[in-house]
Amino acid sequence: MTWTWFHRLASPPYVYALAARLTPWFAWPAGLCILAGLWGGLVLAPPDYQQGDGFRILYVHAPSAWMSLMVYTTMAIAAAIGLVWRMKVAHAVAASCAPIGASFTFAALVTGALWGEPMWGTYWEWDPRLTSELVLLFLYLGYMGLRAGIEDPQRADRASAVLAVVGVVNVPIIHYSVTWWNSLHQAPSVMRLAKPAMPLAMLAPLLLMLLGFTLLFVALLLTRLRGEVLARERAASWIREVVSA
Amino acid sequence: MSGHESPAARALAPVATPVARSAQSAHAARPVSAGEAARLALLRDLQLAFRKRSQLAQPLAFFAMVTLLFPLAISPELSRLRELAPGVLWVGALLASLLALEFLFRDDAYDGTLEQYALSGQSLTALMFAKTLAHWLLTGLPLALMAPLAALSLGVAPAALPGIIVAVAVGSVTLSLIGSIGAALTLGIKRSGALLSLLTLPLSLPVLIFGARATQLAIHGAPFLAPLELLGALAVLGITLAPLAAAAAVRISLE
Amino acid sequence: MREFFDMGGYAAFVWPAYAVTLAVIVLNIVWARQALARSREEARRRLKMHGEAR
Repeated sequence: MTWTWFHRLASPPYVYALAARLTPWFAWPAGLCILAGLWGGLVLAPPDYQQGDGFRILYVHAPSAWMSLMVYTTMAIAAAIGLVWRMKVAHAVAASCAPIGASFTFAALVTGALWGEPMWGTYWEWDPRLTSELVLLFLYLGYMGLRAGIEDPQRADRASAVLAVVGVVNVPIIHYSVTWWNSLHQAPSVMRLAKPAMPLAMLAPLLLMLLGFTLLFVALLLTRLRGEVLARERAASWIREVVSA
Repeated sequence: MSGHESPAARALAPVATPVARSAQSAHAARPVSAGEAARLALLRDLQLAFRKRSQLAQPLAFFAMVTLLFPLAISPELSRLRELAPGVLWVGALLASLLALEFLFRDDAYDGTLEQYALSGQSLTALMFAKTLAHWLLTGLPLALMAPLAALSLGVAPAALPGIIVAVAVGSVTLSLIGSIGAALTLGIKRSGALLSLLTLPLSLPVLIFGARATQLAIHGAPFLAPLELLGALAVLGITLAPLAAAAAVRISLE
Repeated sequence: MREFFDMGGYAAFVWPAYAVTLAVIVLNIVWARQALARSREEARRRLKMHGEAR
């Protein structure tokens, strides 16, 4: 009885319908949270005593970086489920994640660089956080490249799934080695705010943005998932009703 | 030497060795342990590689070439080169190792040996370990032995050389293991060189970081045990996990 | 108002950062919807071919 919901999630028509129904429940709250977060971060939050108004980039950089990692982890978990249980839907989830994650990794890099210039006087700094983000971008590109390079869709699903699992195991190792390497050369510290604890007025917009971005990810994922699920069905009868609607 | 006439060897290598071809009759093979199968696969790979010795030398020649590029591109001053030596050596080793990866599965995929491995009922993981070990013996180890020569040309003191050999030897183990996963995933993709690099290089970064650091410390005469131990840890992790992933990838690629 | 846009002198960094992020968000939304529309179109085509093949 407890496994029924799991088995239902393996059914493409069920997932398609569920995704269509759930999307607005994530999309609209996402929009609200992000707008509220933008208002709070740009207007309400007081300037940082060291970085002035420049620190406000945090409100777009941190959520983007959070997205890049969260999406990769989701992708890897979905890939693992697809491999172990041979679920097409799980592979569809993984495929949906990749472009979302890659684009937010890019955003994290750009916003990080823009934050770096006023803070460190240089657009690029090989600090552990930015360097790890760059490597993460390459991991995403490799995943998407592998998918694109394999013609058979099932093989593409499974091969890229192995890559995603291998990648996610490596992410902590890479991050550790990059941090280790960086500490050797006593590079300037990462974008940490000077104050040890953030006042609520600064913290609240950040949390709102993080929540908003996460909800946005789910909405985007559900949208893409429908298309990916459709692509993995040959000419099943349920598609007929769905597509002519 | 009689082991090569055994039914197990025939079952494992049906096409490549003449022994196998002449004795294709499949009388019931006595059960072969995974370890023995792995040993046979290793010996087969080494034998086949020695027949094409020129191919073996190519990654090494590439490594020498890359080492030559940096002084020409930067400066002939040995003092400057010595500072850059860890980077030059390791980037060169990384790229040369990538180059050699193409040979890991290509021939076996073409002549169906890889399929035989997958269908043989033997532990594909053990066989992947054997193939990767052969790859390391044929590329990584020679690179480790060549690295001192490259280092000397970059102004490194002879006292640093043993450390460099050890570091490259240990690091290249992990490089071969990571590379085997990438090579298995891109089997059958035409012109997969760039994709293979894109897949393998990010995963190889920790090796590069620790290896270059160990080399740098060795060059300055400082103790380099810490990064070397980290390199060793990576190698152990790789040995435990990579053949498994490579086996899964091979099965997927052969579907 | 002027101070708001000036961002304490950091305007040249803060606003592009926000612009890029917003662009990525909008792009993702457009992209996702396009991908879904394309998949539906392809599914429609596949069904038609399947129907005609009979």
